[in-house]
Amino acid sequence: MRRSPQGRLAAVVLKEFIQMRRDRLTFAMMVGIPLMQLILFGFAINTDPKRLPTGIVSGDHSRYTRALVAAMANSGYFRIVDDDMTEAEADRAIERGSVQFALTIPPDFTRKLLRGERPRFLVEADGTDPAATSNALRALEGISQRIWQKELPGATSRVAGGAPAASLAIHARYNPEAITQYNIVPGLMGVVLTMTMVIITSLAITREKERGTMEHLLGTPVRPAEVMVGKIVPYIVVGYIQVVLVLLAAAFLFRVPVRGSIPLLLACALLFIVANLSVGLTFSTVAKNQLQAVQMSFFFFLPSILLSGFMFPFRGMPGWAQMIGSALPLTHFLRIVRGIMLKGNGFADVAQHLVPIAAFCAIALAIGIRRYRQTLD
Amino acid sequence: MENPQRDRTSAAPREREVIVDVRGLTKRFADVLAVDGVDMKIRRGQVYGFLGPNGSGKTTFIRMLCGLLEPTAGEGTCLGYDILTQQREIKHHVGYMTQRFSLYEDLTVRENLDFTARLYGVADRPRRVAQSLEELGLAERRNQLAGNLSGGWKQRLSLGCALLHQPRLLLLDEPTAGVDPKARRDFWEQIQTMAEKNGLTVLITTHYMDEAERCHELSYLAYGRLLVRGTPADLLRHAAIRVWAIRGPELNALAIALREGDGLEQVVAFGNALHVVSDDPARIRAALGRHLTPAHTAEEIEPGLDDVFIHLMEKSSDNFS
Ligand SMILES: Nc1ncnc2c1ncn2[C@@H]1O[C@H](COP(=O)(O)OP(=O)(O)O)[C@@H](O)[C@H]1O
Ligand SMILES: [Mg+2]
Repeated sequence: MRRSPQGRLAAVVLKEFIQMRRDRLTFAMMVGIPLMQLILFGFAINTDPKRLPTGIVSGDHSRYTRALVAAMANSGYFRIVDDDMTEAEADRAIERGSVQFALTIPPDFTRKLLRGERPRFLVEADGTDPAATSNALRALEGISQRIWQKELPGATSRVAGGAPAASLAIHARYNPEAITQYNIVPGLMGVVLTMTMVIITSLAITREKERGTMEHLLGTPVRPAEVMVGKIVPYIVVGYIQVVLVLLAAAFLFRVPVRGSIPLLLACALLFIVANLSVGLTFSTVAKNQLQAVQMSFFFFLPSILLSGFMFPFRGMPGWAQMIGSALPLTHFLRIVRGIMLKGNGFADVAQHLVPIAAFCAIALAIGIRRYRQTLD
Repeated sequence: MENPQRDRTSAAPREREVIVDVRGLTKRFADVLAVDGVDMKIRRGQVYGFLGPNGSGKTTFIRMLCGLLEPTAGEGTCLGYDILTQQREIKHHVGYMTQRFSLYEDLTVRENLDFTARLYGVADRPRRVAQSLEELGLAERRNQLAGNLSGGWKQRLSLGCALLHQPRLLLLDEPTAGVDPKARRDFWEQIQTMAEKNGLTVLITTHYMDEAERCHELSYLAYGRLLVRGTPADLLRHAAIRVWAIRGPELNALAIALREGDGLEQVVAFGNALHVVSDDPARIRAALGRHLTPAHTAEEIEPGLDDVFIHLMEKSSDNFS
């Protein structure tokens, strides 16, 4: 018989193509993952966040203060959500994260301005994520330099030395030195949990199917809920080990100040861990083999890391991306971790973020239990 | 090929409690009719043999019996429980030994037994597991990973797991495939003892005819349909076939000549002999007369179960193809 090496190569190539075509999900992922990356990086991610929610505490109302507010709004970086707050309200709003900035204009601002006394006005910023605020603050400085020249006639617009007629004081709360680690390291806790918890459980049932042990398991009187919960519990322990590791690293390696309650953080972490384990388990009832399970986990991980506000400021994303992000548990957990660690948030502040995680968890578990087959069909 | 053991037990009363009673059991996968309207009735204490070529639907049938697959059609009871609605009760009283090893290879022998015992809620578990290890002769290997056991030991472990909760019905799917002859004999002895002494009912699939002969009753499945059912003795009696064994040189060529030249379909090699099976002895004699050389010997022998099944398969294949 004549030997033909090309024939063998063709045989292998052909076989791979046939197998690839049979494995629909893998094929879908190979097309889907790059598409998703293109869309997320190309459209959703914006490192120049605009329209950041801003609150105003004004002790003075004049055409000058109105001009200042209008200039800020016109810059595109500031969206005035409330133009009549008390100082205490503004404080709370920053703490809860409902505004990114608070502008405070003192009562005698206009009088001093007209007298050339260089009054101060204050902008407080939630500095947790330096990337979210830096461009806006730069724009604000530009505004404060130019606006008075336009608004005040002639000599009054300038005082000695060419300095602006009013001085801007910026006060970054929570992370005044704008240290990126302060923002990244607590966030990593959520990222690490999302990645490992989802993958580990997505393999849990798939592995039983692939190795044939599912037949033994299903032959016994064990109930679906017993299998599901039994597979979640051990990984909760693993999740907590990771949480503690990240906390220790944050405190001793990166010197991130921990301002809030650690027990509260640990309690919130439980819900987040369970939510991720539920997703993984649901994946594993859908996936036919372990490879598919890993692919599905990755498919979940990618938007989690990109749209949650971990890598890029959440408020910089377009509305549709924020909507997707809001459905993901990581988005809310990041706010909880950063809130507790950096801002010293208490339970009342983080409760609003626990609700969506709990809802997500309930839905994922319900789908998982519905999809879990008590037969081999 | 009489089997004394069988005769002793087949005298058991016909009125014993019915353990399995299913009618018209059918399973369709996307494009395959794996099991097609199969009836089965098994009484308490019976060792019931389930035979048929690969892919004939035996495993699928067994899975439907114990609630692992939902039947497409059909109805019936297993241990008095409805197979369509009471799967959980059935699972409590059935021991199922899967065709493919389905225990955890990364758990030790003892851990596998212990895990299984917990799932069944076995009372007095540690003692029961220890006892099972002793009975199986696995005590010394209790800490060995199940994945490192040889085929015969894996089979014992699977049997042990299936028996832990003292089931009333044992479903064994090709338990002796790939097991050495001695282990196979021991295995059967154990099964028969349990059936006789404890009234355990056993449904067992096998490809070995010596094992089939040890069963009280047999069902033979082909292409998902029940081909024949009865005691081994009945099957032999009713088959009405004659068998010649031919020895000599170049049996392969001879087989081809007999099959193609004379339309004898049932020419099958058995060891170093060729079995020619037919219900028409005149045709065989004529064909043998034409093809045999003086170097060949031909003698008529008692038909065995193999011959019966081959005959049935050939006769029915027209209906299926
Ligand atoms: N899960 C399944 N999906 C599709 N076809 C199946 C499945 N299980 C078995 N079959 C098909 O059903 C038929 C009977 O298989 P099986 O019950 O395993 O036969 P046996 O145990 O007698 O060898 C075969 O054609 C097999 O390919
Ligand atoms: Mg089978």
